Amino acid sequence: MAANTPRQWASWGTANLVVIALALIPVLWLVSLSFKTPTAVLDPSYFPAQWTWGNYSGILKTSQFIRPLINSIGIGLIATFIAVVLASMAAYAIARLRFPGKSVLIGMALLIAMFPQISLVTPMFTIERALGLFNTWPGLIIPYVAFGLPLGIYTLSAFFREIPWELEKAAKVDGATPFQAFIRVIAPLAAPGMVTTAILVFLFCWNEFLLAISLTSTTASRTAPASIAYFSGSSQFSVPTGPIAAAAVVITIPIIIFVVFFQRRIVAGLTSGAVKG
Amino acid sequence: MSTNTQTVTVGAPAETRAKRRPQLSEGARAERRLGWMLCAPAVLVMIAVTAYPVGYAIFLSLERYNLELPQAIKFVGLSNYGAVLSSPFWWKALVVTVIITAFSVAITLVLGMLLATVLNRTLFARGTVRTISLIPYGIVTVAAAYSWQFAWTPSQGYLSSAFNNSAPLTNQVQAIIVIIIAEIWKTTPFMGLLLLAGLSLVPEDLQKAAMVDGATAWQRFTRITLPLMKPAILVALLFRTLDSFRIFDNIYILTGGNNGTGSVSILGYDNLFNALNLGIGSAISILIFIAVAIIAVVFIKGFGTAAPGTDIGRR
Repeated sequence: MAANTPRQWASWGTANLVVIALALIPVLWLVSLSFKTPTAVLDPSYFPAQWTWGNYSGILKTSQFIRPLINSIGIGLIATFIAVVLASMAAYAIARLRFPGKSVLIGMALLIAMFPQISLVTPMFTIERALGLFNTWPGLIIPYVAFGLPLGIYTLSAFFREIPWELEKAAKVDGATPFQAFIRVIAPLAAPGMVTTAILVFLFCWNEFLLAISLTSTTASRTAPASIAYFSGSSQFSVPTGPIAAAAVVITIPIIIFVVFFQRRIVAGLTSGAVKG
Repeated sequence: MSTNTQTVTVGAPAETRAKRRPQLSEGARAERRLGWMLCAPAVLVMIAVTAYPVGYAIFLSLERYNLELPQAIKFVGLSNYGAVLSSPFWWKALVVTVIITAFSVAITLVLGMLLATVLNRTLFARGTVRTISLIPYGIVTVAAAYSWQFAWTPSQGYLSSAFNNSAPLTNQVQAIIVIIIAEIWKTTPFMGLLLLAGLSLVPEDLQKAAMVDGATAWQRFTRITLPLMKPAILVALLFRTLDSFRIFDNIYILTGGNNGTGSVSILGYDNLFNALNLGIGSAISILIFIAVAIIAVVFIKGFGTAAPGTDIGRR
């Protein structure tokens, strides 16, 4: 890049600060609310005058939040695992094999990526009640896998295309079957792409709300974001601001950890699926 | 960068294989079988969760089906669609959805472009700025929506007190503006990252050459950067538009769809879980599905957006 004058330094520096401030102010507000005492919640100042852990100890004591948190983690991990396994198989086929129907598969994945989840709510509600899947873990895992798959297929096939093709050929020359070539040679090379995909799919599952409130009815399978919407105050008209803020911070912490540790991977995954094609 | 090498390496074997294709040797047939076998599980799950329920929703939408009146289930043809399309609730929800989509996508595009430019030209701590700008993308929408809701609650929120203790969430127009702001805050990082990836495809030499020729920054942006980024912009727009059209979480938390702020997704949800009317709810689901399909077709055919992934097929 061309030499930067002090003025340019100052203006780009300011732009950076604006970006950081805009991104963080709403998040820090939530953190600040979560540390406010129940009475201080009604004080509009941005930072709490008195700090308390009360909201956290409160929500971590009730099964109203702990159970949904466990559901979120369990459902998210299982759905992510299944989606990544199925997506890597399909992405491998798309990137490496020649077979008819490939473009149909890609078109289908694209359609599902754009699919309006609300269109599923009514029929899934009916079908899952008939099958006994309503308000169970599989009842959420199955649709999450289906919506994670297009994301996974795109991201992984972009990654798989960059793996050197000759290695697989060499393995086949050495007597490996195509399946062995996949498991022994390609899969280890594809691991970084699979980690990226897993993060993106997990973020989707962790974030999902519409299906989570529609296909669950109790804390047996309700996920954390959905459970927060059902938090109730001491009376019907008081909103439990502090506990909601604390719960929101708790479900945000894993995301921030993911973003900090896997920033590069997340960016690579998001853009490989959409821009590179 | 990697895009070029990838086309070259993958292109060569594809050609040689194309020549062998007519004979369909034993190896080719095995390859074909393996391809189908590897794709089958993914295809089955996707069909089971989308195609089958949508088919079932079409069937439900043709029936009078209220969970409160299980005896009165009856085939009624298209009359549910007639009821929805002649109801002011549907049209109001559609208008609200279109307004939220149009404004949030347009503003997100501009802000995303600015963000991409800033990230591209950042002089120090590039990783830190990028990481922090990713937080709104990653944060759970419900958590973010609560942050906005509390911020705008009178005598409680910092934004409300900064604006004369106003209560925007109780007023239709103001509430929609708050919803749009929440959408923009959440989705600008995604837009910015997609555009940043597009921006990195614009060769710096071209920019330098134009600078030498005396082009202003604005001329360089409109004549060089924008045309080269067109594919990235259109894909980002397509994704954002469809995503925004499905808006649910933000509205559900911020206003619950009250005061005329409900989107079509909120309307569909209410018809199922508050009115328990599966017939009408399904008709709304199908209409939203059709609307989304129309948007996708307009983007892909009208603007010539290369549907993401289409070039995978060509390779």
